[in-house]
Amino acid sequence: MSALLPLTLRDVSFAVDGRTILERVSVEISAGPSTVILGANGAGKSVLMRLMHGLLAPTAGRIDWSDPDRVRTRRLQAMVFQRPVMLRRSARANVTFALQAAGIARAERERRTDEALREVGLLHLAGRSARVLSGGEQQRLALARAWALHPEVLFLDEPTASLDPSATREIETIIKAFDASGTKIVMATHNLGQAQRLGDEVLFIHQGRLVERAPVETFFKQPVSPEAAAFIKGELPWA
Amino acid sequence: MIEALSGAASLIASGDAKLLDIVALSLKVSLSAVFFATLLALPIGAAVAVARFPGRHALIVLLNALMGLPPVVVGLVVYLLLSRAGPLGQFGLLFTPPAMVVAQTILILPIIAALTRQAVEDAWLEYQEQLRSLGVSGVPAAMTLLWDIRYSLLTAILAGLGRASAEVGAVMIVGGNIDGVTRVMTTTIALETSKGDLPLALSLGVVLILLVLLLNAAAFLVKEAAQRKYG
Repeated sequence: MSALLPLTLRDVSFAVDGRTILERVSVEISAGPSTVILGANGAGKSVLMRLMHGLLAPTAGRIDWSDPDRVRTRRLQAMVFQRPVMLRRSARANVTFALQAAGIARAERERRTDEALREVGLLHLAGRSARVLSGGEQQRLALARAWALHPEVLFLDEPTASLDPSATREIETIIKAFDASGTKIVMATHNLGQAQRLGDEVLFIHQGRLVERAPVETFFKQPVSPEAAAFIKGELPWA
Repeated sequence: MIEALSGAASLIASGDAKLLDIVALSLKVSLSAVFFATLLALPIGAAVAVARFPGRHALIVLLNALMGLPPVVVGLVVYLLLSRAGPLGQFGLLFTPPAMVVAQTILILPIIAALTRQAVEDAWLEYQEQLRSLGVSGVPAAMTLLWDIRYSLLTAILAGLGRASAEVGAVMIVGGNIDGVTRVMTTTIALETSKGDLPLALSLGVVLILLVLLLNAAAFLVKEAAQRKYG
């Protein structure tokens, strides 16, 4: 169904000022299962997502979507960041801005904006300035902005890391709705509970290397690498 | 001193025609300069903030340094350009209000551009990834940033206005301080002080300070309201 996937990374490395952040990561991200990129802070999860999304260019290796048209691939993906960045305009205008940038016609913009705001439960706050919304509401608005774009792939970089538990639940519900609608989810998190709730497969990153890839259940029950086992054990009490 | 102050108060209170003419011309010249300088400085500032090109750092240093441009030097350069023998002499602009507008525009353009550059760059750091993720870059990105920080830019524009309305060197040289034609508040203050007409000089000084205060208060209120509304 997807024209965009699989996304193929071949020996992708990324370094800044001689410091290696990712080293020779090779992986194929295919349509279907939600992919969770798991790892400790500083392991390279965010950088890996930014490379996939095209915000960073690899210092070595190749990243290819199955569709070689760069403009089209850009239009068919969206990203939600840990801290939502909202423009100083209404919640509604923030969504239509994204649609306008994507070249969607005016009438269609209105329709999609309403639909997306309703989906995340923010229709009643559509006229409110986006920047005065609470952190959780802003993140829901970021998801609405992504939703309106009808992406084939949605990247999420620690989308709930700065939110309280109830806001986190709301965000997770929306992410599940994305998944149910057929959008491919690629999410970075260090939260093991969240990985289990939302993920189908795990990419475990440790010190810039892709150490393990496994279905979620297998990963948590029988991690193959000692690094993954230690991470699961170390993280669980705070998950 | 007391005598001068009471003289100034009665001049202001009576709405002295000569005084009003001088104040009006000052405002006309400085606000025109602010208008043209802003028109040029916003795109320049935004471009330097967002674009990456060789020599960018040198340009930033230059812009910042030009903020301290001495008005008399600007006046001298514009004088040379506009004087009858100069390259732009044919337009006969020297000793006219337009020449004063040109000089003040040059004087404050770097101020507004440098402050805009800083503000846009701060915003760009925050918005960059999100905008690029949405496929917005280049000119549309710069326009989006300028619009988003429009209330912060008021401060940059006001800094330009403050400089324009306070300087005396540039307008004195290119305007010539001709009574009823190019005489503005600052040049009048300088002249009347040396002539000993302290009431007129003082009342102009009071008006000048009041105007600057008023504008800054208005800008502050607008900014506050925007902050509450938009966050």
